Amino acid sequence: MKLYDEENALIKGLATHDANAIEKIYRDNYSSIQTFIVKNNGYPDDARDIFQEAMIILFEKSKSESFELTCQIKTYLYSVCRRLWLKKLQREERYNPSMELVLETVAVDDEIELHEKKSSDLGIMEVALSKIGEPCKSLLEAFYIQKKSMPEIAALFAYTNADNAKNQKYKCLMRLKKIFFTQYKNTNGNE
Amino acid sequence: MNENILFEAIERYRKGEMGQEEMALFEEMRRTNPEIDQVAAENSFLLSELDRISEVKKFKQLLNQVENKLENEGVIKERNKKTGAKILYLWNRYRRTISVAAAIAVLVSISTASFFSAVSENKKVANLTPLVNNKLNQFERKLNQMEHKLNDAAVEPAKPQFEANFMATGFLLDGKGYIITNAHVVNNAKNLIVENRKGIQYSAKSIYNNPLNDLAILEITDTSFKKINGLPYTFPKNTFDLAEPIYTLGYPREEIVYGQGYLSAQSGYSGDTSSYQISISANPGNSGGPVITRNGEIIGIISSKETKADGVVFAVKSESIYSAIKAVKEDLDITIKLPSTNTLKGLDRVQQIKKIDDYIFKVKGN
Repeated sequence: MKLYDEENALIKGLATHDANAIEKIYRDNYSSIQTFIVKNNGYPDDARDIFQEAMIILFEKSKSESFELTCQIKTYLYSVCRRLWLKKLQREERYNPSMELVLETVAVDDEIELHEKKSSDLGIMEVALSKIGEPCKSLLEAFYIQKKSMPEIAALFAYTNADNAKNQKYKCLMRLKKIFFTQYKNTNGNE
Repeated sequence: MNENILFEAIERYRKGEMGQEEMALFEEMRRTNPEIDQVAAENSFLLSELDRISEVKKFKQLLNQVENKLENEGVIKERNKKTGAKILYLWNRYRRTISVAAAIAVLVSISTASFFSAVSENKKVANLTPLVNNKLNQFERKLNQMEHKLNDAAVEPAKPQFEANFMATGFLLDGKGYIITNAHVVNNAKNLIVENRKGIQYSAKSIYNNPLNDLAILEITDTSFKKINGLPYTFPKNTFDLAEPIYTLGYPREEIVYGQGYLSAQSGYSGDTSSYQISISANPGNSGGPVITRNGEIIGIISSKETKADGVVFAVKSESIYSAIKAVKEDLDITIKLPSTNTLKGLDRVQQIKKIDDYIFKVKGN
């Protein structure tokens, strides 16, 4: 399947943060998604939010090794955006089924559900990070999010050496863990 | 301390930094010791979540970069706030503006009638101010006389004057004291009152406020308010046709003002299908006013107008009132019953307005 080769390359590009791949996907798909959303009660700005979310779903999929493209990116993105948008309309009680466009779609409900769970988890993590206080927050963000090296961090936070910074980091990690899991269990229920 | 080591081990394991022997040992340890396995699983999850945040953040930055590029090329529309510069809400934010406008209205109506339509638009008020100052002396005597007359004539309501800093319109949904207006009108207001055509004020509170459909429902909390029976208008659910003649009543100034026009599009700003576009003369203060058909049906609530075009006004469709009422029922267990009998059909417009205007209120707040 020649067609899918090119598409699979784009997916790989997503996984490796390749701006060209992202740009190509935007150029090929964005305008039709915007048309769909604007025709269905939305604004161009909504289209940007929805498209970004769909791109993140595709990105997270692209990172998993088991991922295989079973349809064109176009169909996939349209299906995801359509589902996300209709869900949003429904939540806001603005859903009006007479406006549906009829285009080919694939089933994405499960994936979107999974994505929602995952972004809720990320939300919990962000809250937890904001609650651990300084210098922990900056320290952990520098290491785990900005991916700075230990010596860099030691210099940045004026620790005497990298080992010192490392010890501090683990202390902070323990604190984060406690806050994160308390919140996590509250949100997801005790199993 | 123990857990530090475990964290470190997990981290090295995840990064593939362990040697074969160490890895085997570590895996064996997890297999044979459920407690360690549990902690390791938790730590591993925590670290993978941190990784994911990092990845998604990086990816989002990339998305934004690409979007910016495409925005510059015109492939993607520039972001603008939905309620940004293009839309002007039809209500007054500052009492000072109201009083300045009112003062000018008096002066202008003495000097020249042609300015009259301009008075309540803030921009034009600013333009007019110097003119007013120059003529002040000339008109001072006349104005003073007028003020005396006005003071004598005005019957002050018994309640202490409410210091409002904005004014808009609302109308009764239910004679028990439920008034609908726009969400943008009452947003951030600490105190709210509604005032009828006779100048009687009632305290009110917002029980529903939804910026998405731009509707708010107010409940009159004042004990002096007496239930009104038989509201004369109805709220149809269907969408009306283009060119349907419509009219509105509202408070762009202290006195109720009538305006007429027609339905010009079945969707509102940027294709928003929950609104109509109507062609009518509307000014700040008209926000929250009813859009009424010749048969006395209320088909919408005036919410905003396009600043760059004349007579392009948007009204929220009455359909949205039904979902608002449903939400109030579900959230607060308050039942709002919309009037079911229309007693306006067949009457001429003057007669209709006489039957309606008691139910149109000024919404004031600070």
